[in-house]
Amino acid sequence: MAGKTRAIERTPLSLSEKTYLPQIVNGLKTTFSNILKPNVTLQYPEERPVISESYRGVPTLVRDPNGREKCVSCQLCEFVCPPKAIRITPGEISDSEEDRVHVEKGPQEFEINMLRCIYCGFCQEVCPEEAIWLQEDYSVSGYSREEFLNNKDRLYELGGTMPDNHYKWDKKKEAELNGHEGHH
Amino acid sequence: MILEVLLHVLAAVLMITVVMTMAGYSVLAERKVSSWIQGRVGPNRTALPILSSIPIVGPLIVGLGLFQPLADGLKFLFKEEVMPGHVNKFYYVLAPIITLIPAMTTMVVLPFGQMIDPESGQRIPLILANIDIGILFIFAVGSLGVYGVVIGGWASNNKYSFLGSVRSSAQMISYELAMGISVIPVLLLANPPGMEGGLSLVNVITSQDSLWNFVLMPISALLFLICLFAETNRTPFDMAESETDLVGGFHTEYGSFKFGLFFVSEYTHIIVGSGVFVALFFGGSNFLPWLPNPWPSGIIGGVISVLWFIAKVVCMIFLFIWVRWTLPRFRYDQVMNLGWKILLPISIANLVFYIIAFAFYEKLIN
Repeated sequence: MAGKTRAIERTPLSLSEKTYLPQIVNGLKTTFSNILKPNVTLQYPEERPVISESYRGVPTLVRDPNGREKCVSCQLCEFVCPPKAIRITPGEISDSEEDRVHVEKGPQEFEINMLRCIYCGFCQEVCPEEAIWLQEDYSVSGYSREEFLNNKDRLYELGGTMPDNHYKWDKKKEAELNGHEGHH
Repeated sequence: MILEVLLHVLAAVLMITVVMTMAGYSVLAERKVSSWIQGRVGPNRTALPILSSIPIVGPLIVGLGLFQPLADGLKFLFKEEVMPGHVNKFYYVLAPIITLIPAMTTMVVLPFGQMIDPESGQRIPLILANIDIGILFIFAVGSLGVYGVVIGGWASNNKYSFLGSVRSSAQMISYELAMGISVIPVLLLANPPGMEGGLSLVNVITSQDSLWNFVLMPISALLFLICLFAETNRTPFDMAESETDLVGGFHTEYGSFKFGLFFVSEYTHIIVGSGVFVALFFGGSNFLPWLPNPWPSGIIGGVISVLWFIAKVVCMIFLFIWVRWTLPRFRYDQVMNLGWKILLPISIANLVFYIIAFAFYEKLIN
């Protein structure tokens, strides 16, 4: 212990330090140099902050580049959601929709209650289809409770399209057509 | 005779208007400068319908927030006039008035310019009342303002208000001494032997025609400046309204227009105090040290000298604001220590030094 502690020698204040005046002048210099520096604040509604790509904003639903809705209504996000903000009504995909009947399921209704949502991003993490994304939208406002209930149409409108690296379901369809039995 | 009285009344109204406008814009300056120092933007939204739509000038005015004092004033006027139930009503209403009147009265003896008579070539000081007691009048009336603070704090029937007003009165009394003594060398210089003397600030300005007093007596100027900060209750001496420990100090219970009066008188104090400081140490309306005044004779020269004086006062106001947003507040005991144990002895030593120096100088000349 004795080797580690080192007593700092406190020199008594010099006369100029005792008057405080040099320190005050230094402080005045600092504040004056601040006047000349550019402002750090944003003029908020006109100027918006730069949002990083990993920002966790409003959760949205996305489509793949072919315009197919990615959500397959597995309801994992609904189960993982800590504040129970998500409510999914699962639905089957009818045979008439030929280009996506092989997906079998899709959400009939998908609601996210933004008054409950805590922006934790669990839904995005858990989604096996990369269908739900927390994007850069951070400013949520409205006049009634109903306005904060994002339904499916609204979620797709907010989400837009996201690039897809896998086209998992197209590959599956292709495999089925080629005679290989896909495994579920 | 009547014409002369009318002219005086006109001048007085004009001066009050100028000082009140400056008080309003000092508030804006306070907000703007503080925001610049803190890297913010400050008030830049208030706009008047027609004026703000002038192409280049309009947005500039709006950006500088020049309409803001108007909005602030209107806000104070139209707010509900609240009278708390626990106050002493008479003194509660009286206090803001008592604070404002001395603040506005002291400017009567402040020479704000000079004019050279084109016919006789004589210099006429521009002043509302050139009375002989000059600076004494400023000290006497200026310190009456503390009554408003004390009465307001007491009438509020609130311990924080009362503490604030007690502090402020103690502080005023302590610093008035050092302030008064630090000015005496200036008055000695302004009234050399063999001349008809007087305490009027006009004499002081005339004595600074070539050399400004702050060059000759820097210690006096510094002491006076520090005491001025204390007298006007500005940071680092804003004991009376130290928000962190006294809520708002003596005006905690005040709102709407009554608070506005306190507010305006605070800034009027600053403006008049700056004016006195400029007159005492920075040559008043004189051009620059060691240079003769280049102003033409007649009214134009007078107006220019007044503007020059106002420019100096504006620099002083900037200094006040600048210091406020730089220094933290002193503790109460530190304020008292500084006032009694440091400033007062230094000012007395300073006075003794200049008395001896002037005496030697007189001997040397004769």
